[in-house]
Amino acid sequence: MLVDMRSFWRTLDQGSLRDISLVCLADAIVGASFGAITVSGGLHPSVPVAMSVFVFAGGAQFAAAGVVLAGGSPAAAVVAGLVLNARLLPYGFTVADAVGGRWWTRLLGAQLITDETVAFTLRQHERQRRRVTFWTCGIALFLCWNAAVVLGVLAGAVMRNTGDFGLDAAFPTVLLALVLPSLADRGTRNAALAGAVIAVAATPFLPAGLPVLLALAGLVLAGRPAAATVAGPDPALEVR
Amino acid sequence: MPLLAIAALAAGTYAFRLAGPVFRHRIRVPDRLQRLLSVATAVLLTALVATAALTEGHGFAGWARPAGVLVGGVLAVRRAPFPVVVIAAAATTAVLRFSGIP
Repeated sequence: MLVDMRSFWRTLDQGSLRDISLVCLADAIVGASFGAITVSGGLHPSVPVAMSVFVFAGGAQFAAAGVVLAGGSPAAAVVAGLVLNARLLPYGFTVADAVGGRWWTRLLGAQLITDETVAFTLRQHERQRRRVTFWTCGIALFLCWNAAVVLGVLAGAVMRNTGDFGLDAAFPTVLLALVLPSLADRGTRNAALAGAVIAVAATPFLPAGLPVLLALAGLVLAGRPAAATVAGPDPALEVR
Repeated sequence: MPLLAIAALAAGTYAFRLAGPVFRHRIRVPDRLQRLLSVATAVLLTALVATAALTEGHGFAGWARPAGVLVGGVLAVRRAPFPVVVIAAAATTAVLRFSGIP
């Protein structure tokens, strides 16, 4: 592996390990609901599984699948997913040192960059700790997420009418819980609320998928950056 | 969802992820862009919450679903554990539907 295993575990304190396990558990629940909702919605089981391995970004997976399930075009689904994942670009620069310098650690580590791994890595300041935290959190999340999605797919295939179980309410609720902390910022909140109004108002008139993209017009209300610019995705963790 | 769409989304996402580790010594992401991307994420997610909670096709989704999402949202604001938030939302919607509210 990257480092000698004994010093590896010593580097990560008990608290971090516990927090990482809790986030893995929370993500596993999200992953299982993703698998169940997409399959019971009518997508082929290979779709959620392939997305979870190759896209590996919960928000974008839900968004893209949501657009398709609502009857939107695959192109709109890809654009929605990519806009959401554009935030991974600055994340990559933030944790680049923890990913490592060798070509193969960069290629593998890049796939592990998520809100959660970045948030955990940002908490550490010493270089070796940052590396160990990034890789431990990243690998653990990747395994939990994909295993949970497969279990969810199996459960979703059994459930015939997910509406009876209220599963259609689970999808927006998961997203709401993820986004809530970032709405504490006034500029972000104004932009987000304006965007939501635009999207709902446009839904009767536009093809599925487009209203959500139109919501980006709300960005004009974002205002000037706050004095303390958000450096990382820490908020997401507070909900979980 | 066609395979090509999944591949496009995966490739684009991977490119976003890989840029930092590869170019970190040559490029710096401007603060303004960082801010814009983080706000855009929140805007898109909120719009998804609103449309997924309130609409079905081109019309209103009925009361049961938004009521469930509202219950989940209130619990999330009150920092209830994540599983509780999701289960409460689904249960609220299920109970309302069972009582005849669509």
